[in-house]
Amino acid sequence: MGSTDSFTSDEMMSIAAARQLSNNQVCFIGIGLPSKAANLARRLHAPDLVMIYESGTLGAKPSRLPLSIGDGDLAETADTIVSVPEIFNYLLQPGRIDVGFLGAAQIDRHANLNSTVIGTHRNPVVRLPGAGGAPEIAGACKKVIVMLRQSPRSFLNELPFVTSVGFGSGPGDREKYGLKGAGPVMVITDLGMLEPDPKTKELVFTHIHPNIEIEKVIESTGWNLRIADHLEVTEPPTEEELEAIRSLVAAGGLPLVR
Amino acid sequence: MAAIIPLSEAIESLLNNGDTVALEGFTHLIPMSAGHEIIRQHKSDLTVVRLTPDLISDQLIGMGCVSKLVFSWGGNPGVGSLHRFRDAVEHGWPKPLEIDEHSHAGLTNRFVAGASGLPFAVMRGYRGTGLDGVTPTVLPITCPFTGEELRAVAAVNPDLSVIHAQRADRKGNVQLWGIVGIQKEAVLAGRRSLVTVEEIVDELDPRPGEVVLPTWLITAVALSPRGSHPSYAAGYYQRDNDFYIAWDAISRDRETFLDWMSANVLDGTF
Repeated sequence: MGSTDSFTSDEMMSIAAARQLSNNQVCFIGIGLPSKAANLARRLHAPDLVMIYESGTLGAKPSRLPLSIGDGDLAETADTIVSVPEIFNYLLQPGRIDVGFLGAAQIDRHANLNSTVIGTHRNPVVRLPGAGGAPEIAGACKKVIVMLRQSPRSFLNELPFVTSVGFGSGPGDREKYGLKGAGPVMVITDLGMLEPDPKTKELVFTHIHPNIEIEKVIESTGWNLRIADHLEVTEPPTEEELEAIRSLVAAGGLPLVR
Repeated sequence: MAAIIPLSEAIESLLNNGDTVALEGFTHLIPMSAGHEIIRQHKSDLTVVRLTPDLISDQLIGMGCVSKLVFSWGGNPGVGSLHRFRDAVEHGWPKPLEIDEHSHAGLTNRFVAGASGLPFAVMRGYRGTGLDGVTPTVLPITCPFTGEELRAVAAVNPDLSVIHAQRADRKGNVQLWGIVGIQKEAVLAGRRSLVTVEEIVDELDPRPGEVVLPTWLITAVALSPRGSHPSYAAGYYQRDNDFYIAWDAISRDRETFLDWMSANVLDGTF
């Protein structure tokens, strides 16, 4: 514990994601990996990060990781609590939120996300929970950061279902669909980070995490992955970052498997 | 004025087989005890409307009470799948489940339209997603002022809307606070409404962030202490996160689920 020589790929992913958030940003947070990374950022360099959960808790400051988006700890520590119509219609839809921070089951090369179904909607093989707040978070936040583990099952050439639009089929689609936000700016995985090409809107692998082989990244991607000409290696976790994430996890609140 | 009556009488008199029933509560104040009473009375062929069908919907579906689910996120929050919901959608057990699926914003606006007495609400959403086209309750609409293409979502007006709240007074005025979700809109959209409460008091003293629903907006109030467990009621008891985690194993297998329901819900002890 506490050694910077050894850390897990999940720890690296959470730390890399936390670094993307800056102090005083207003961030709409999905449960699971994004919630963990945002709470980590608040314990490190972004103590005044304004965390919004879709339960209507604005400015939540939980003492430990919440299991659900509506845990009592979120409500009790919030600056205020608003109703569900208010959070979606008054706060999210007009584009008042800086960063949307989303997880998903699957992603494609244009950063479209699936959290609805594997198989078809009419004949599902695996029925996933569905959209929740994700489509409007992906559409209306000024920018979007996505977190998911990278594997051939999650990085697909073609999604069975588009729950939330990243860049649709390429440049111009967000404008065509009337989506006001800029869309995904960064996808953070357990292997590295991807950013959309400014022209083609296709995800480019720009950062590889320490101790990860590029072959592993390619094998874990279901399309012919573009790799940046100047691929950078993600800064390894600092001792402070590792201590913060380990104490956050040790404080409990989440099932061990998460 | 709301009638203050026992929960069993409320479900018996306000809910018919084949009705559309909204059970609302966004993580907090979920009307679990009302759901259990619906199961005990073997209500059937229900259309259940709920943004976040969690354990209560899983139980209603697994016990065969539901023929259609109108929803926007069907999971066990922070834990994983709703196994009874999945079994019904993937394998038709115990019977096929029709779904009308939305985003939270979409279903929220359907309640807002219903509460407003309008046939639909307007929003920016669905476009470019797979949900645009799988539900007949979302259609394109053009803004008459700007020409922007938007989406119209059809009003939802349940036959009965059920919510749970912290308190009512003896006249049936209802007070809730904390995370208040879509509960007010659900009650206003409902043709009939039922509020279960933690306690009935002589006078409602003000609370920060409260929502008060006057008695004349509500059909019936029923006393139901701990009626939200394993969800929670701020000021009364905490969310039982351990139970949400335990539900994963209870609900995964059909027999284990039926045994648990028989021992804990059908005999009325849970």
